[in-house]
Amino acid sequence: MTSTKKDPVIVVLQLTGGNDYFNTVIPYNDSLYYDNRPTIRYEREDIIPVNDELGFMPTMGPIKEMFDEGKVAVIHGIGYADSPRSHFRSMDIWHTCEPDKVGTEGWAGRVARELDPNKENVLTAINFGHGLPRALAVPGVPVAAIADLSTYGLLTGIADADQRSKALDLFSKMYSPTVGGSFVNDYLRSTGTDAMVGADIVKVAPERYSSNVEYPNSPIAMHLRDIAQVYMADLGTKIFYTQHGSFDTHAGEAAAHPVLWKEVSEAVSAFFQDMQEHNTGENIVMYLFSEFGRRVRDNGSGTDHGAAGAAFVIGDPVKGGFYGEYPSRKAEDLEQGDLVPNYDFRGAYSTIVEDWMGMDANPIVNGAFPKLDLIK
Amino acid sequence: MSHKDDLALMAHLMRRAGFGANRAELERCVAQGYEATVEELLNPPVENEGGKMALLLRYHPSFLLPGGVPFSGQANWMYNMVSSDRPLEEKMTLFWHHVFATGNSKVDNCDQLLEQIDMLREQGMGNYRDILIELSKNPAMIFWLDNNENHRDAVNENWGRELLELFSMGVSNYTEVDVRECSRAFTGWTIQAKLPRAPYGRYPWKFTYNEADHDFGEKTFLGRTGNFNGEDIIDIILEEPATSRFICRHLYNFFVADEPQVPAWTIEPARDEDALEEMMDVFEQSGFEMKAVLRHMFLSQWFKDARYQKIKSPAEVVAGTLRMVGLFENPDPGVLNIGKEPTYMGQSILDPPSVEGWHTGLEWINSGALLARINFVADRVSNPELPGMRDIIDNMQAEGVATADHLLDACTDYMGFVELSEETRGQLAEHVRAGGDVDWSNRTATATRVGETMALISATTEFQFG
Repeated sequence: MTSTKKDPVIVVLQLTGGNDYFNTVIPYNDSLYYDNRPTIRYEREDIIPVNDELGFMPTMGPIKEMFDEGKVAVIHGIGYADSPRSHFRSMDIWHTCEPDKVGTEGWAGRVARELDPNKENVLTAINFGHGLPRALAVPGVPVAAIADLSTYGLLTGIADADQRSKALDLFSKMYSPTVGGSFVNDYLRSTGTDAMVGADIVKVAPERYSSNVEYPNSPIAMHLRDIAQVYMADLGTKIFYTQHGSFDTHAGEAAAHPVLWKEVSEAVSAFFQDMQEHNTGENIVMYLFSEFGRRVRDNGSGTDHGAAGAAFVIGDPVKGGFYGEYPSRKAEDLEQGDLVPNYDFRGAYSTIVEDWMGMDANPIVNGAFPKLDLIK
Repeated sequence: MSHKDDLALMAHLMRRAGFGANRAELERCVAQGYEATVEELLNPPVENEGGKMALLLRYHPSFLLPGGVPFSGQANWMYNMVSSDRPLEEKMTLFWHHVFATGNSKVDNCDQLLEQIDMLREQGMGNYRDILIELSKNPAMIFWLDNNENHRDAVNENWGRELLELFSMGVSNYTEVDVRECSRAFTGWTIQAKLPRAPYGRYPWKFTYNEADHDFGEKTFLGRTGNFNGEDIIDIILEEPATSRFICRHLYNFFVADEPQVPAWTIEPARDEDALEEMMDVFEQSGFEMKAVLRHMFLSQWFKDARYQKIKSPAEVVAGTLRMVGLFENPDPGVLNIGKEPTYMGQSILDPPSVEGWHTGLEWINSGALLARINFVADRVSNPELPGMRDIIDNMQAEGVATADHLLDACTDYMGFVELSEETRGQLAEHVRAGGDVDWSNRTATATRVGETMALISATTEFQFG
C-alpha cells in the first residue's frame, strides 16, 4: 500500500513503572551523575554520546540512529509539580491531565471523541494489549483492546454459519442503545456494539499486510507489528496505544534497565523501518512517556520513585533534537532528592494534538500549556 | 419466600462468598438454611478439601513448583478456585491478592508466589494484624517491594510506602516523613541470601530478621515517637480509623457492590456509608477479626439486596463457568489453559499490572475483554457433553420443560437465577420461541438448543454482573 496523503496518526508507547530518566539520557560529563550513582550507572565508555553534554544509555543504539537522522525529539524535565511518587496516582494524572483531582476521562479518549464525534468508526482508537489504559477511557467513546490480532472475534464458537448469524443479529439488538438507560447499562451496550462491529472489520488486517521487516521477538515488538498491520489495512485508526514494562527498577536495575530499552529500541526501529518500506512514515508520530523519573541517588541496587522524566517524540514529521533544559542535578536544587520537573506534560500533549493532529488542545488537556516547536 | 426465591438468594451468596454452586449444592444449602450456610462458609468442616491438589499433582507434578513458568502457577491456583470445597477461603485468598497485589513480572518465581497464596489461604480469614505481620515477612512480598534492599544505612521506601498507601490506610492519611519512618522500622526484615539459580535451579526463599541491618534509632510515626520496629508500626496503623475504613471499603467493593476505583476513595463518598460504618464498627470491636466482619456482611439485608450489583472479575467468570459446567472434575491436559483464560479478559492472576492491583467494576469491561468473556462462557455452555451441562439438561427433561418460554426461564435459573431486564428477556424469548416447543424426543437437538440459549444469555449485559 502506498499512501502519499498526509493523514496524521499517533502511536503512544507507555513505559510503565517509572523510567529512570537520569540513567536514560545521561549528562555523562557531569561528575554529579557518577557521584549520585555509585552502583546504578552506565560507565562513561558504554554511554552513546549524543553531544558534548548528553548521551543515551548503551542499548539505545537503534534510537540513536534515528536521532542522527533527525527523527527523534527528546523532551527534558517533563512532569508536573508535587509528584505524588505513586504509580497509580501518577499514571492517572498523565492519563487524565488532572493533577489536582481524580479525572474520569482520558486525554487520548478525548482526542478520539473529537476526531469521530458521531462514532462512525469504532476503530478510531485501539489499545494493543490486555485491558484498557485510562488514557483511552471516555464514557461512550468506542475503543478496541486487541491483545492478539490473530484471534479477535465474537461468538466464534458457534460453528453453524446460519445460527451464528442469527445469534449476532440478536446480539446487536440486545446491545442497541436505549432511552433513559443507566450510565453502566449504556456503557455496556455501546461497548458490546463496538466490539461486534470492530471485530468484523479488523479481521481483514492480517490478510492485507505483507512486509519484509523482521520484528524482534519481544512483547512490545509483537504489539508494534499488530499496530503496523492494522495501520496498513487502512481502517481509519488514528490513535494506537500500547505499553511496555515494568520500568519500576527499585532493585536489580543494572540487569533490567538495559534489557527493557533494548526491547523498546529494537521494536521502535523495526516499526519505523516497516513504515518506511510502505512509504507511510510521514503520517506517523510516536510518543514515548513514563509516569515519573526516578530518584537522583541510587539505593544500592536500584532507584526509588522520583519526579521529572524524559519523553520522546519520534517520526519523519518530527524536528529532531533536545527540547527544554535538563533539570539541575545540584543537591540544593533537588526536591526530596528528585529532579524537579521544568516542563508540564500537558504542553507535550498540546504540541501533538495541535501541531500534529491539527486540533484545539485546550479541551483535551484542560487548559493552555506552552508547546514545543518540534513538528515540521 | 418461595423455594425459588430461597434458591436465588443462595445462588447470590455462593457467587459472592465463593465461585457459584450447582443446583444440587444450592438445594443442600437451602435445606440447612441461610445462616447455617454462612457459618459453614466461615468455618468449613475439616474434612472439606481445599483445591484438590493431590489429584492435580498426580496428573501434573510440575504444577507444584512451577518456578519460572507462570502459566503452570496460574493453572495451579485456578484449579483451586474451581475445585475447592472451602469456597470462601479461596475467595478471600483472591480478595487479598487484589489488595496485596504481587506480580510475577518482577518476582519471576511462581513457587514463591504460590507460597504467598498459600499463606493468604491459611491466614486470610484470621486476624488482620496477623495477616499484615505475615505479609511483612512473606518472601515474595519482600522481594516484590524491595524490602531486601531496605537497609539501616540506605533506606528503600517501596514497602514502607505501599504498606500505608495500598495495604492499610490509603493515600493522604500520612506524610512523606511517615513513609520514611515506617520504612526505617522495617529495615532488616529481609530474605536469606539468594543463591545463584545455576546449576540447581530455584530454591525456596526464607524470611530472616537481620538485626545488624535494623535501624534501632528513634522514629516518629503518625505522631508517636519511639524506637519502633515493624510490629509497632502495624499496631499504630491499626489504631488509625483510616485503616478499618480502607479495608472495609475494599471488602464492600469486592463482596457487595462496585465502588469507584481506589484512588478516588479520598474524594468520592462510599456507595453505602451506613453499611460501611456498620462494618467498621464490627471490625474494630472484634479486634480486626476477618470472620466477624464477613459474617456481619453476609447476614446483612444490604448484602442480600445487592444481587447483580457487581461486574464479575475475570477470575470469577472463569471459575464460576467451570464449576457450572463441571470442568475440571479431573484435571485433564486442558487444565493448563485455565490459568491463561482470565488473562485474556484482563486479569492475569499472580501478575497484576502493578502493586496497585486491578481496577475493578466497569473497568473490567472494554470491547476486547467483553469479547473474551462472552466467547469463553458461550463455548462451554454450548457443549452438552460437559458433565455439568449434562446434569442441567437431564434436570430440565425431568422437570418437563415444554415450552420455549419455560426453556428460557430454566436456562436463566440454571445459570444462577440471572435477572434479565424485561427488554432483554423479550428479545431472547422472541428468538427462542422461533424454535417452537421443546421436543425431548430429539434429545440431541434439544441439548444443542439449551446450549445455544445459554450462550445467548452469557452474551447479555446482565450476565456480566454477578
